[in-house]
Formats: sequence, structure tokens, C-alpha cells
Amino acid sequence: MLALAALVAPLAAGMLAAVVPWRRWVGWVCTATLGVVLACGIDLAVQVVHHSAVTAFGGVLRVDALSAFMVIVIGAVGFLAAWQSVRYLDAEISDGRCGRRQASLYGVLVQGFIAAMLLAVVAGNVGVMWVAVEATTIITTFLVGHRRTRGSLEASWKYIAICSVGIALAFLGTVLVYLAALHVGHHLPANLDWTSLMAASHHLDPGVMRLAMALLVLGYGTKVGLAPMHSWLPDAHSQAPAPVSALMSGVLLTVAFYALLRFKAVADGALGIGFTRDLLVVIGLLSLAVAASLMLSQHDYKRMLAYSSMEHMGLIALGAAAGTRLAIAAVLLHILGHGLVKGVLFLTSGEVLRTEGTSEIAQVKSLLVRRPALGGLFAVGLVALLGLPPFSLFVSELNMVRAETTVGLGWAAALSLLCMAVIFAAMMSHGRRLLLGASDGERVHRTPAMVTAPLVSALAACAVIGVLAWPLASLLRAAAQVVAI
Amino acid sequence: MNGSAYASLLELTSGLVLVCAVVTMWRRSLPAVVKALSLQGVALGAAALILGVHQHDVVLIAVACLVLAAKGLLIPTLLGRIVAGDPSSREATPVVNVPASLVISAALTFLAYGAAEPVVRLIPTTAGRLVPLGFATLLIGFFSMVVRRKAVSQIVGLLLVDNGIALVAFLATAGVPLLIELGASLDVLLAVGVLRVLASRIGSKFGAFDLDQLRELHD
Repeated sequence: MLALAALVAPLAAGMLAAVVPWRRWVGWVCTATLGVVLACGIDLAVQVVHHSAVTAFGGVLRVDALSAFMVIVIGAVGFLAAWQSVRYLDAEISDGRCGRRQASLYGVLVQGFIAAMLLAVVAGNVGVMWVAVEATTIITTFLVGHRRTRGSLEASWKYIAICSVGIALAFLGTVLVYLAALHVGHHLPANLDWTSLMAASHHLDPGVMRLAMALLVLGYGTKVGLAPMHSWLPDAHSQAPAPVSALMSGVLLTVAFYALLRFKAVADGALGIGFTRDLLVVIGLLSLAVAASLMLSQHDYKRMLAYSSMEHMGLIALGAAAGTRLAIAAVLLHILGHGLVKGVLFLTSGEVLRTEGTSEIAQVKSLLVRRPALGGLFAVGLVALLGLPPFSLFVSELNMVRAETTVGLGWAAALSLLCMAVIFAAMMSHGRRLLLGASDGERVHRTPAMVTAPLVSALAACAVIGVLAWPLASLLRAAAQVVAI
Repeated sequence: MNGSAYASLLELTSGLVLVCAVVTMWRRSLPAVVKALSLQGVALGAAALILGVHQHDVVLIAVACLVLAAKGLLIPTLLGRIVAGDPSSREATPVVNVPASLVISAALTFLAYGAAEPVVRLIPTTAGRLVPLGFATLLIGFFSMVVRRKAVSQIVGLLLVDNGIALVAFLATAGVPLLIELGASLDVLLAVGVLRVLASRIGSKFGAFDLDQLRELHD
């Protein structure tokens, strides 16, 4: 029932935004809805952490610890994005770039986007999960192109063209998994429920499952932004409105990765751990290498953040390749930490873009002096993103590397550390150009607390989780248990 | 219908799906490409209908009618409108020329037979033997998306990919469960609708449909 409440709340808010002409209070209602989603996620987590999964509608919806964790991530990052959306729309309307109808459309689409992501993570059936992930592509295309500039239209074209192909491959993979399930024999039910697939996993035909898993990794990998089908990511994430970038980078990528985790568990039963591990290692290292090489020559801070998302998706692919309980727990912690920090950075960068009028790194100087609040947020976010303590990304990256070395992937961990070192140096240098430098006597701009308060709290939460692992330790353990080898 | 008629009809319709894919690689005139795609949709729907009748599966017959309507009629009409609004309805400068495209299509078909081998091994029926045709259509669609420069050609490529997958789904599993089948078809329809809207917005901003115009974002 709670899972249903979490799903219905954004839909209801979306309908409200559709029928009521856009006013600021509608935006706040939408924000409150995400608070409801977060609360539902926490309540679900408390319910399932020590007990079995909750189901509804005969297994169409099914929430276990892993799903509950993802609901929390969506709720938390969604709350930040919805909060900032109110300000984004205010600014767009007052600058005359966007009418009230377009603002309403934005509200409807964001809520629909969040509902689709929630459906993807609470679906008990992998077919329904696929439909939900595909729905996110269609909804977000309009959000990417919301500003209707040349750049944003180009980005949305590339986005939907590439992701539709990717998601089509994932559909073929799902069909082949179903085919394998149809041929396991008479004693097991043949459907696409994840639990029945898991129960039958040892009897699934290995040849078909190998083909299916390759297609699923490539297909869902496209939505995760993993190489070689990543080229949409920097364009879409840099052109979308900041709150949408925060949602896409912070949660949409990892929702697609969640789908891979589910299928990986099935494939591990059918094929042993080696096959999917090799695929994920190759694709993860490739993504890290691409991100590192393109990070060096970046001149646009939003694109820099987009390539950093690619880097982090590569890291969690490697962590998932290791696949032990420690590794999966670290992957999940990384999903949350990356979601919060990347959300904060994209929202901050949106504010910088609005006030400075450019997304070129070279044209924004001495941000820390001129806009201390925004500069400070950006600086702390960057520190967190680069995996420095006390933030949770430090803990999760450390544990992923530890887990990789224990399963004989030490060489991959070493290569990933090399790429991370390159990215560290590149982002430090870009960050220095963006943030430091003497101001030429311009007055200091203040940023309202309404903007900074939620962002500061998100970074603080990330630090608290990093230091204490509280209150997530038992949930992470339970969630990792669901799909770990 | 008796066994041999079923087998040859299924072979005919499934083969036609692949032939239409090759035709889209052969013709450079966009109206002709859209016609080939429409015929492919009809062939796909007919294949599903034959399977449904053969297996006495009412749901599959209903899905087949839906596919006929959506992929044989609705989507080609949408595409036809975009083509009609475009003054130069030819693929002007293909990255790979037509003879080379056809050779590559043939190579992709061989590749498809290799890739689909586990599926053919698992289901040794008439339908199972035809699964590689779906894979070949998928690969040709993929190839077409990479090398064609017109916006419409890219949508056509996407639809080829999708039709290939649908053919595999019908032949291998007699269609996935209805709910998912409906979701998938609706999604494709929506995606094509979205692409059409984008094409017209891009057309009004850029004054052309060529994807070579999309040069604003790069590293």
C-alpha cells in the first residue's frame, strides 16, 4: 500500500499541475509530494529491512530492501530538484523565456518522470520495469528540450534517438530471458516476475541467457551512460534545465543501473558469475577511460559534471562486477552519495548559469569571492564528488576497491584508480579556474538562504552518512543481500 | 491451416520483413523508404496473425491486428507527413554508398545467423528457424541509424530495429505477455510521435532536417 502511495503522490501532484495554472504554491505542493515519497521510502525500508518483501496487485508491485533503498534515493534527490524547480520556473517566467503553460507542462513532466522512475524500482515484473524505464526516456526528452534553444533541441534529438535504440536492445534482452524461462520445464511458472526468474535461474538455457545478458548490459547500459553508447549523456545533461539535469544525473542513470543489478542476479544463477562480471568490467573501464580523456579538455562546467557522472557510473559498474555483499553495499551507498552530491552540483551550476549567463569555465572567475555561497557549495560539492573524506563517496569508493581486490579484480581497480587520478587532476584544475582568483572590485553577491539551505543539508547528510554510516547500515546490508553473489 | 501452408506463409511474411529492411537501404528516395517500412509493418502483423491462428491464441491475434494498424498504417502516415513537409526528400549524401550498404546488409544477415544460434538451438520449430531474420532486421536498422543523415532516415532506422525485435518476440515466444506487449507498442508510437514533434521544431529553428546541422554540441 505504501509503495502505491509513493507512486500515486507524484501522479496526483502532476494532475494538479496540469489543471491549475502555474503558481508558485503549485511548485511547493510538488516539492511536498517528493517529501511524501521520501517518507514512504523510509517507512518501506523499515518494514522490509528485517522481513520479507511487500507485494501488491498479485506481485506486479514488489518492494524489497533494494527497491526501498532506491525509493529513498529518488525521494531525496527528487526533493532537492523539485525545491529548486520553483525558483528555476520563477526566473524563467520573469525573464520572459517561458510562459505559464510551459511552466505547467514542466511541472507535469517532472512529476510524471518521477512516477515512472518509482514504478521502475517498485515493479515486481521485469517487463513492467522495462516499460517504466522506457517511459522515463520519452518524458525526459521534452524536459531536455524545455528551453527550445538550438542546443537543447539537438540534445533532445540525440537523447531520444540513442536511448530508444538502447532501450529496444534491453527489450530484446528481456524477451530472450522470457524465452529462456518458457523452456525451463513444467514445474516452474514461466513469467517475467523477478522472483520466479530467480527461482528458475539455475535452469535457464545458458546460450540464450548469454545473448540476453549481453543485450541487457548494452541496452540498459545506454541509459546508464556507459560507453560505448554514452554520447547522448554530456549533451542532454548539459542542455537540460538544472533541476532536470540533477534528476537525470543523480537518479535516472542509477535507476537504469538498478535494472542491470536485477538481471545480473538472474544471470549469475544461470551462467555463473564470470560472464556478467567480464562484461561489466570491460564496459566500466571503457567508460572511465572515455570520461577521463574528455574531462581533460573540458571548457564547460555543466559538461564537466556530465562526464563526471559517466566516471561514477563506470565505478559502480566495476563495483557491481565484483558483486560480493560488500561490493553491492558500497555500490548502493555510492548511488545515494553520487545522487545527492551530483544533484547539489547541478543545482548550484544552474544558479551560476542563471546569474553569470555563461556555462564556460573560462568566463566565470573568482566565484568564491564574488558569490561566496554558490562558490562555497560548488567547492564543497567538488570535494565530495572527488571522493575525499568525510563524504560518503570516499567510503563507498574505498569499499568498492577493497571488494574488487578480494575477488581478483585488483588490476581493474588499479586501472580505475589511474583514471580517477586523471579526473581528479582535471577537475581540480577546472575548479580552480572557476572558483579562485582575485575579484576586480565587483561587489559581493548574496544568495538567498532559500536556495542554499536544502543544498547545504544534502551535503551535510552525505558527510554524516560517510562518517557514521548511520542510519543506513542495516538497510544497505539487507539490500545488498538481495542481489549479491 | 495445415502444417506446410503454415510453414511457407510464416517463411514468406518473415522473409518479407527482412527484404523490406534491405529495400530501405537500397532506395534513397524517402517516400519509397516509407512505403517499404509500411509494407514491413504489414508483413510483421501478418506473421503474428499466422502464428496466432496456428496456435489458436486469441490474444496474439488481437495483438497482431494492433500491430497491423500501428506499424502498417499509423506510423507510416506520421512519417509520410514529415517527408511531405521536407522539400528535398532524398538521402542526399549517404556516408556509405548504396552498393556498399547492400553488401554490409548481407554481411549483417550472416552475423545475425551466428548471433541467434542459441535461440534456434533452443526452439527447433519452423518459427524458431526464422528468428535470425528478426536479428538481421535489427542489425540493418542499427546500421541505417549510424550511416543515414536525414532525420526521417534515423526514425526509419529506429523502426527497423523495433520491427526486428518484435519479429523475434513473436517467433520465439509467441509474444511476450500482453501488458508488456501493449506497453512496448505504445512506447514506440510515443517515441515516433516525439521524434516527429522534435523534427518539426528543429526544422523551424534550423531550416533543414539534416542531422549534419546538429553540430552545436561537441567536445
